[in-house]
Amino acid sequence: MSSGIARSFSWGVVAAGLAFGAGVSRDAGAAQELRIGFLAPTTGIFAQVGKDMTNGFQLYLDEVKGDFAGAKVKFIVEDEEGKPPVGVRKVEKLIRQDKVHMFIGGLLASTGYALAPVSTRLKTVYVASIPAADDLTQRDSAKFPYLVRTGWTSSQPNHPFGEWACEQGYKRIAAIAADYAFGHEVVGGFQKAFEACGGRIIQKIWPPLGTIDFGPFLPAIKKDADAIFTLMVGPMSLQFPKQLASAGIKKPVLGGGTSYDEFVLPSMGDEVIGHVSALQYSAALETPQNAAFVKKYRGKYGKVPSYYSESNYTTAQMIHEVMKRTKGKWPGAQQFVKLLASVKLETARGPVRLDEMKNPVHNVYIRKVERKKLHGYDKDELWNSVIKTYPNVGQFWKFGKNEFLKQPVYSRDFPPCKHCE
Amino acid sequence: MKDGHAPRRKLLIVGAALLAVLVITPFSGSYVIVLVTHALIFAILAMSLDILLGYTGLPSLGQAAYLGMGGYLTAILATRYQFGLDWTFWVVVALGMLIGAATAAFFGLFAIRATGVYFLMITLALGMCVWGLAYRWNSVTGGDNGIVLPPRPDFGIQLADDLTFFYVVFGFFLASLVMMTILVGSPFGRSLVGIRENELRMRILGYNTWLHKYIAFIIAGAFGGLAGVLWAHAHGLVSPEDVILATSVDALLMVVLGGPGTLVGGALGAGIVVALREYLSTLVPWWQYVLGGVYVLTILYLPGGLMSIPERVRRWRAQSRGAGVEKSLESASH
Repeated sequence: MSSGIARSFSWGVVAAGLAFGAGVSRDAGAAQELRIGFLAPTTGIFAQVGKDMTNGFQLYLDEVKGDFAGAKVKFIVEDEEGKPPVGVRKVEKLIRQDKVHMFIGGLLASTGYALAPVSTRLKTVYVASIPAADDLTQRDSAKFPYLVRTGWTSSQPNHPFGEWACEQGYKRIAAIAADYAFGHEVVGGFQKAFEACGGRIIQKIWPPLGTIDFGPFLPAIKKDADAIFTLMVGPMSLQFPKQLASAGIKKPVLGGGTSYDEFVLPSMGDEVIGHVSALQYSAALETPQNAAFVKKYRGKYGKVPSYYSESNYTTAQMIHEVMKRTKGKWPGAQQFVKLLASVKLETARGPVRLDEMKNPVHNVYIRKVERKKLHGYDKDELWNSVIKTYPNVGQFWKFGKNEFLKQPVYSRDFPPCKHCE
Repeated sequence: MKDGHAPRRKLLIVGAALLAVLVITPFSGSYVIVLVTHALIFAILAMSLDILLGYTGLPSLGQAAYLGMGGYLTAILATRYQFGLDWTFWVVVALGMLIGAATAAFFGLFAIRATGVYFLMITLALGMCVWGLAYRWNSVTGGDNGIVLPPRPDFGIQLADDLTFFYVVFGFFLASLVMMTILVGSPFGRSLVGIRENELRMRILGYNTWLHKYIAFIIAGAFGGLAGVLWAHAHGLVSPEDVILATSVDALLMVVLGGPGTLVGGALGAGIVVALREYLSTLVPWWQYVLGGVYVLTILYLPGGLMSIPERVRRWRAQSRGAGVEKSLESASH
């Protein structure tokens, strides 16, 4: 009965298919191996940013030849595609299959909110080097004992920025920002500080994340605003100022740090000159440490490092610092978190230490886009020139921790737009 | 050559394959357990779609909507009301199926009047409506952040344990498979096939084809909702990304890959797609090309999906044997 055999055979294939992958798991390696899982979007619209993230970490690893005080670093990069559920699946893989000691990264704030609970559930260290979701180290901090942030909270640089905007004499500002957690928190932080010193946010426009045609949004910007506050990410950053310029809008533009980040700055033109943004890093910082970092990075990858590169480079540096203290031995997840939270370092972005909620306290730089020569490069280029430094800014700014934590997390509707017209 | 034992043999082989999954999975790595669990959940979704695509001839591009409804319901009940975290999990399962069915009942009013490409487009649009709700209705769905669920239910049986959860999901998968098999074998199921083959004739014969299609649509929605409940707990997260068009397309391709109109084909397709997507993607960056290639080749050379292979092999053998007989006859005559 040949048909029977053929049938059985194909059903056998079914069985094999369903059982595919069974029994594929790798052993935990030698004792002196430090396995680090790294999540970055390497495909999709955020691929360029993902590359900057990976390169930053890789640069440090190459500098120390993959050796953290005797521990050989095994660096495993997974593509999270800029999507929270994909990030969760990749972390499951990193922890369960690769048995990583910690995982680092994720890009979007929403990915951060999705990954942190996984670190709690699977009792694995999560170093949030990029996701800036406020509540990870604020109201929800207690839920995530295995989380350390080496990046920033979305609102952190925008608190001093709001105050700075007041000092410039701006009274009425229109906000236009990407419609997701990060955008809400950046605008929220700016609004809170700006309105605390007498300014008014007169409208908020929320184009969806990933918008590249701002045609429907630009005409809505109030003509009588003193300035525009904007927050763009990924490919949005490049398109917004261009379309703003060609729409003939000549108001001063203030922006969240990622709007003018170096990952996109070299592709921008004269339309962004004079735009001001706030962040804890600028490639134009003229400290010896940063100049050396920029040169090394540019020499190797052919482009100026962005904050995405710097943050992950610094994260690698901080992890190395912990491993130095433990002499290359893995101290266990809880102890590692404790040690990492107590690291104090001079880094490319300036002095960094972590507060008691495991979020960095660092300088915030107000940066203006200028075309000039810097770091000894002989061509005129766009740089985020630092025009003011707010030293050692924490996530609660001058509002006081307890006061601050009493208010809800910044969102689309908080702070309420009292002065919206 | 009629083979009277075929159904029984088929049953035996499916049973053996499922038993193999049940027996092998616990002994593999914990990541494989998670993957197989994901595949089983997607298998439920793919099979629900197969009722529409394979049996009724309705290519729906909105199946993720029901997954989303089930998932968001589970997440909202769990986070806001702490409901569904003990034995009430079973209530949530029922509610999830109910909300899937209700959504389908509503969507069906618009979609069922169309066929072919128009049906495809309408279901696509309706699916995007659910995505829009998930993405935009911040106060309820958490918007882009989605909703993170508390630990899995515990009702004497702790679902937080991945292996236990796998067994439970396997149970749901098996129950769904059995129910849907009974459904498609019933007179109702046979009339669905009739509608697929020739709707006009069925209508002339006196069948209310609209109602038949509508009911099939609702049943598919109910199983989609069930998949959503399980998916929410498997992931610990529901996000608008779960409801995007790509999920619906994935489900459709799983069915096409495995073989529409076979039910188990959808499950097979789900297994292969999950394996490629989750496992191959961690090995090579160009995994999407492999997945794309598999789809294209299947559609070009195996329109009946992988499940049509045995039939093809049988026919090919019969043909070559027939040719052989002819040849020997020829040589004899010379």
